[in-house]
Amino acid sequence: MTGRHVAIAAAVFALIAVPYAITEAYYVNVASQILLYAIFALGLNVLVGYAGLVSLGHAGLFGVASYVVAYLLAADHGHAVAILASLVIGLVATAGFAALSLRATGISFIMITLALGEIIWGLAYRWISLTNGDNGISVTTRPAPFGLSLATASGFYYTTLIIFLFAIAATAIFVGSPLGAALCGTRDQPRRMNALGYHVWMVRFLAFMFSGLLTSLAGILFVYYNQFISPQTLALTASAEVLLMVISGGAGTLLGPVVGAALVVIVKNVVSGVRLTGLSGAVLVVIVRNVVNGLFEHWNFLLGVIFVAIVVLMPEGLVPGAVRLTRSAWRAANRQKTAAPSVAGPKQ
Amino acid sequence: MTFWLLLTVNSVTFGGLLFLLSAGFSLIFGLMRIPNLTHGSMFMVGAYLGTTFLSGALPFTLNFWFAAILAALEVAILGALMERLLLRRLAGEQLAQVLVTLGVSFMVADLCLMGWGGDPVSVATPAGLAGFVRFGTAVFPLYRLAVIAIAVVFAIVLWLMLERTRLGAMIRAGVDDPQMARVVGIRVSQLFTIVFGLGAGLAAFAGMIGGPILSVYPGLDQDMLPLALVVVILGGTGSLLGSFIGSIIVGFLYNFGQALLPELAYFILFLPMVLVLALRPQGLFGGQIL
Repeated sequence: MTGRHVAIAAAVFALIAVPYAITEAYYVNVASQILLYAIFALGLNVLVGYAGLVSLGHAGLFGVASYVVAYLLAADHGHAVAILASLVIGLVATAGFAALSLRATGISFIMITLALGEIIWGLAYRWISLTNGDNGISVTTRPAPFGLSLATASGFYYTTLIIFLFAIAATAIFVGSPLGAALCGTRDQPRRMNALGYHVWMVRFLAFMFSGLLTSLAGILFVYYNQFISPQTLALTASAEVLLMVISGGAGTLLGPVVGAALVVIVKNVVSGVRLTGLSGAVLVVIVRNVVNGLFEHWNFLLGVIFVAIVVLMPEGLVPGAVRLTRSAWRAANRQKTAAPSVAGPKQ
Repeated sequence: MTFWLLLTVNSVTFGGLLFLLSAGFSLIFGLMRIPNLTHGSMFMVGAYLGTTFLSGALPFTLNFWFAAILAALEVAILGALMERLLLRRLAGEQLAQVLVTLGVSFMVADLCLMGWGGDPVSVATPAGLAGFVRFGTAVFPLYRLAVIAIAVVFAIVLWLMLERTRLGAMIRAGVDDPQMARVVGIRVSQLFTIVFGLGAGLAAFAGMIGGPILSVYPGLDQDMLPLALVVVILGGTGSLLGSFIGSIIVGFLYNFGQALLPELAYFILFLPMVLVLALRPQGLFGGQIL
């Protein structure tokens, strides 16, 4: 057993212990949300981090899977049928997305995925006979596979945990495989990879499909978690939110998206619940309090602020960025002693 | 017959608005190589500011056209400031620049919600253009015809500016080959600020001009931004002619789709974009700036 194995075992054990450690259903649900969004972010990270393709339409794919489940359940089909059909249609939609968007890379890729995501949002919003428009679709039941009822907070948490562990293990295997190495190659040197005989398009396509699979799984969990789906879930804000999770944690790392998902979900939950009170006295303090409370009431504004701050100040992500900033501060303090050249952290 | 004629006029009107919106978007994309995701926000802010100048909530009240011009100038300055203070710091990092414009668009949307509330604000049609024009059996709203005229005038002015002036020549050079333009002494980074401000101002002007037709409401930015994207993907980036033709196509698709197949209007709107991507990824007029 190496240290790495011990760390993994300890992390899995800690995740299993969560519902025992925090018995309050609200916090177990927050933990479920974190895992759910972590699966989504892991899926997007395959494209953003390892393929170097930034998608701003992933909420659309997420929404396709969610809507299929909700629609089939509302039409009284069983859970098994709904989930299977959702995975199949989710993957078909992903293939369509990939076929259109992989004609380009870089900024054009962003624009195409954004437009495709908006199409799906528009369909969800306007195709009222299918999606019930702005009113959305409610799902009344949660399944109980193998006697594990998802109706309780801890039952849902464990199901999400199992899928999360599958997702992160699959991502680790995918990234470590020859295909994953080829994918990083197409990100850094697409022409050379082509010259070496790799089918660059196919490598990217397969990565997109894998990303779509994880996204669809997260979408299915999302419907069961909220028991409701509406066009809001597919909006550009949602795509941006999950991109923020990937970038803030650190794109192209295995744990970055998980950290990012935890960060965004916790901030969002804290923001909606907490208000600064009791601070009074100097005018400046009151102004600060009101500004902070104002920010807390407006998640979208805060999302924008965090986005801009992270991109401008630490584009490589919070974890590596914090390490770099501490290091350079430390180095500045010791400049007299060591005349070492300042080495910036890895650029995104 | 009257129905189709009216629908056609509405389509051309909407196409004209889209042209004012997407010409700047296309030029910014052509020059800076980034899609400005705040473009929808600028459209919306222009409309909100314009209505505020009209409403009498301020110490002064302007007439419709002065309100539109003042709103456009203000947003142009905001756009130029954003380019100078925010995007300039990230020069050369296009991904970071796109993400910053996305972040700013969320902030602007929420600020507008705080400032103007969640209810739609309707904009009165300017005095003198509220009437109708009779043409055979068909009756056309005068204002819509005026919007078409404004869009055509702007198209000509922009075309002359790009073709016949020193600034236009510098912009064309910057779009074609920024490095060479720098080498021959054009300050391309200064052009960035000018074009960004110009595009922002045009978008804001379009927002106010579109106010009497579309009204102003939270989410207007998210409604308009994808349309600008489609226009630019259809017409190709950095091309004025492409924006113009793309805008007219999208205007027709949008209005005819809404009238004939309202549930699938959005899908129909994006269908030609998908076709263009599959068959001619550089856009219909990609590469040439006319």
